[in-house]
Amino acid sequence: MEDTIAAIATNNIGIGAINIIRISGNEALKIIQKIFSNKKISQAKSHTIHYGYIMDNDQKIDEVLVTIMKAPKTYTKEDVVEINCHGGFEVTRKILSLILKQNARLAEKGEFTKRAFLNGRINLLEAEAVEDLLESSTSNQSTLAMNHLTGKTTELINSLRDQMAALLANIEVNIDYPEYIDELVITKANITPVLTSIKTKLEQIIKEAQNGQIIKNGLKVAIIGKPNVGKSSLLNALLEEEKAIVTDISGTTRDVIEGSIIYQGIIINFLDTAGIRKTTDKVEKIGVEKSKTIMNQADLIILVLNQNEKLTTEEEELIKNIGNKKAIIFLNKQDLPTKIENLSTNLPIILGSAKIKKGIEELKDNIISQFNLQNIENKNLTYLTNIRQISLAKEALQLINQAINANKKDIPIDMVSIDIKNAWECLGKIIGQYYEEELIDNIFSRFCLGK
Amino acid sequence: MKYDVIVVGGGHAGIEAAHMTAFKGHKTILITMNIKNIGDMPCNPSIGGTAKGIIVREIDALGGLMGKIADKSHFQIKMLNNSKGPAVRSLRCQADKITYPKNMLEALRNQKNLTIKEGKVENLLIKNNQVEGVSLETNEEIKGDIVILTTGTYLKANVLIGSESKKQGPHGEDRSNHLSDNLKKLGFDIQRLKTGTPPRIKASSIDFSKMQEEKGDNQLWTFSFDEKPIYDINNQQKCYLLYTNQKTHEIIMNNLNKSAMYGGYVTGVGPRYCPSIEDKLVRFKDKERHQLFLEPESLYYDEWYLQGFSTSMPKDVQTQMVHSLQGLENAQITKYAYAIEYDAINPLQMKPTLESKIIANLYTAGQINGTSGYEEAASQGLIAGINASLKLENQEPLILKRNEAYIGVLIDDLVTKGTKEPYRMLTSRAEYRLLLRHDNADLRLRNIAWQVKSITKEQYQNYQNKLQKLNECQKYLQTTKLNLTKEIKNTLKEFNITINKNQQSLYELLKRPEITTDLLPKIINIPYNNEILEEIEIQIKYEGYLNKTIKEVEKKAKLDEKQIPEDIDYTKIKNLASEARQKLEQIRPISIGQASRISGVNPSDISILIIYLKKEYGKNEPRSI
Repeated sequence: MEDTIAAIATNNIGIGAINIIRISGNEALKIIQKIFSNKKISQAKSHTIHYGYIMDNDQKIDEVLVTIMKAPKTYTKEDVVEINCHGGFEVTRKILSLILKQNARLAEKGEFTKRAFLNGRINLLEAEAVEDLLESSTSNQSTLAMNHLTGKTTELINSLRDQMAALLANIEVNIDYPEYIDELVITKANITPVLTSIKTKLEQIIKEAQNGQIIKNGLKVAIIGKPNVGKSSLLNALLEEEKAIVTDISGTTRDVIEGSIIYQGIIINFLDTAGIRKTTDKVEKIGVEKSKTIMNQADLIILVLNQNEKLTTEEEELIKNIGNKKAIIFLNKQDLPTKIENLSTNLPIILGSAKIKKGIEELKDNIISQFNLQNIENKNLTYLTNIRQISLAKEALQLINQAINANKKDIPIDMVSIDIKNAWECLGKIIGQYYEEELIDNIFSRFCLGK
Repeated sequence: MKYDVIVVGGGHAGIEAAHMTAFKGHKTILITMNIKNIGDMPCNPSIGGTAKGIIVREIDALGGLMGKIADKSHFQIKMLNNSKGPAVRSLRCQADKITYPKNMLEALRNQKNLTIKEGKVENLLIKNNQVEGVSLETNEEIKGDIVILTTGTYLKANVLIGSESKKQGPHGEDRSNHLSDNLKKLGFDIQRLKTGTPPRIKASSIDFSKMQEEKGDNQLWTFSFDEKPIYDINNQQKCYLLYTNQKTHEIIMNNLNKSAMYGGYVTGVGPRYCPSIEDKLVRFKDKERHQLFLEPESLYYDEWYLQGFSTSMPKDVQTQMVHSLQGLENAQITKYAYAIEYDAINPLQMKPTLESKIIANLYTAGQINGTSGYEEAASQGLIAGINASLKLENQEPLILKRNEAYIGVLIDDLVTKGTKEPYRMLTSRAEYRLLLRHDNADLRLRNIAWQVKSITKEQYQNYQNKLQKLNECQKYLQTTKLNLTKEIKNTLKEFNITINKNQQSLYELLKRPEITTDLLPKIINIPYNNEILEEIEIQIKYEGYLNKTIKEVEKKAKLDEKQIPEDIDYTKIKNLASEARQKLEQIRPISIGQASRISGVNPSDISILIIYLKKEYGKNEPRSI
């Protein structure tokens, strides 16, 4: 059975207004069913288009059109699903990550076409073109992978792999040479601390990978709040302060950006939340639904409240809806008397006034500190930046977690080692340094055994 | 006189090969230099061990002799790795070096269609790149349709003790002088390998009281799926554990240059997993002591094997070394340790059927293919025997997959990766080891064996009976509920187990890690034996892990199904990386799956290959081999 593959099918991602993600294979329909708002999508007729939302559990990720094309009349002759997404590059990547978390893997270059040919969909002449596309040696995956990584990350991953290899080699030696009682016999008790330390470091790597993306593309901040709380003046205050650099970060995002500043070396992009700000609803509603969509696109939210007014129910709902998202409450209009009450939240609150430019510095510091970015010394550090690497690191983390859990139960060490070995292989694939005999070489270089 | 099959060599590979072709009805002759050495164990007195024990069970499942004969010939047996998980459990026995060969010779003599002859083969009779027989040292010619070479360590063997080098095989036996040169002339790539064996000690000169006892299991075991245990569980021989010490290390380090290895007298490549004691000291300087074992060689003579002490030191140094060990202060060495060098072929030159790529109808098995170990040899002999027979019968050959048997892993490794050192099987080599367990070797292989007719009807019936019992037992466990009487509750309490809900099926209960098939019979009377229960328990307890492995297998299976035609011309494929092209040319894999396992062949090369095949051969994808 061929596995299911997915990739962003549009070229020059980010420049166009729409990106298309293509999924092909037996699992394509199952996968879209899991992440699409319309839960009957897999039963849809072939060659039809459907409107809805891509969902990460309950969270709306993007408003999309989904095309369902069932085998065999498709490009690859397999089930194909195409998602037209509107949310810009970051959102497109997020959707792809969601798909890859299901039972799909990232397609290799030219793989859709390769399948099209192998399944008899395209002719010889076209296949020649694919062959050239697949030109070997130069496009070796591992060298590609290496190019995206430098010093520190590779070192970190290597040291993790070393720890895992030592553990694995020891387990294997215990298994293959049980009579050698002189060697350290690995028990659950001495696996757990090693695994836990690996887990912590992996989490760190994944977190830094996310920071890496922030450093590369900038932070996306949405300013939301009901009309007339001072969102525009706050935005102006933020932009004026830093002699706003104008938005020209095309190629990385399609999100409409109102303006950007560079603060402490980090690009902060303020999203255009006009949709909310300019609502003309007479009953002064915030448009909670619309806000949610914008919140999903942002890395951080500034909720502006007017401390000169009482909280509305919509505002209370909005605070609840923020959930685990990074957010700051800017309690505006400190120049006026306080009338707000019952504001209960764990979110950081900044007291300020956009009008008299109070609390602006504090707000910016708070934005940066929420991402722990102030401690990053070298902002040119290369992190795991591509989706493949990040999803491998996440997979490794998941496997280590499984191993830790299995270890807590009465699962024999042989089984536990399966997950550790797979995690070790995932990390090997990230740095492109993995060979089949590696573990066996490790066993014999670390242990002294034999007749 | 013309034979269907000529087997050259009577070691563990030759025995299985000759037995199998004869069993399958082909007129077979086994030529050995010395009938007394048939089934000889020139190194350690044990059969089985980790991974190897599973191979023995696979041999048995496929109709081979090793397991059956070992069951009749041991004086101690135990299950290794009991606590480390079901997939890595493995049997090992201490086999008697007199009884085992004797029982083996008897089995061969009772085999129809099989002739045993003494003689030294020095050349092959070849016509149009096809073998037609062999010629002996005496110039006698023996004709046959198929020749299976199982020459062990006898090709141009050199035995080394210190600077002393003798042109002989193990035990001072004669060696073959010309066969490897003649193979070389035919185009075989000959490599020089090395192995070694430790000294033997006279039993009456050992003070066992200074050593730690190593006993057999308290549970009855057999390697064979068709035999009942016949040994006395309480009357097993002990082995002993002892250690090297500072003094031993000093002696070795002071005399390092006198050893054959470090004195530069050896050219062959030795295995990393069987280092000599001097190797161990040099490579692991910080280790204060090394473990050694004393194992009896036989109940019929008083020689003990000093496992872990293999060396190529001269005799006087060996004596000092042995005397430095606790309990061996006055030991008398009956046989000195030696290193042995021998010629082997490059296994990349054979097909996964074990037939040569260079000469048709010529098969090789065992140490000549670069492996080490009795079990590795026997399994190849068996496969060579099966495939030689199948060829005579005009049937498709048997190629075991990596997810079907350790034997499949072994042969695939040999023909895909080759080997630079004597190859020993390890559980770590099997990526699907969770599926390749000792308990299910018959479930994995008996059906295959039945298809290639390498087992008797009775053996097949035994397998069918087990299947039926497994089915019944599964139903029984699913429908039988545990009634929590006071008595049962009390028993559970003893084992620290609490069951809250009344009336749970035994099947459900077995999902809990602490409830095992060892425990259940203590609580409730179960009409099934441990073998059946354990099999089901493994399926229940490790379902998640098993399914994950099966998924992995399925992912790769498709690639193995895509066969590559034998006549493929790699120079015609555009865009292949040059390293990949060269490796593919040399190894000539039979399937895309095998191609993808070759180091240096990248995923992009595989894509190119797949596209080329599709283009050239279209829908009529030809079968290879």
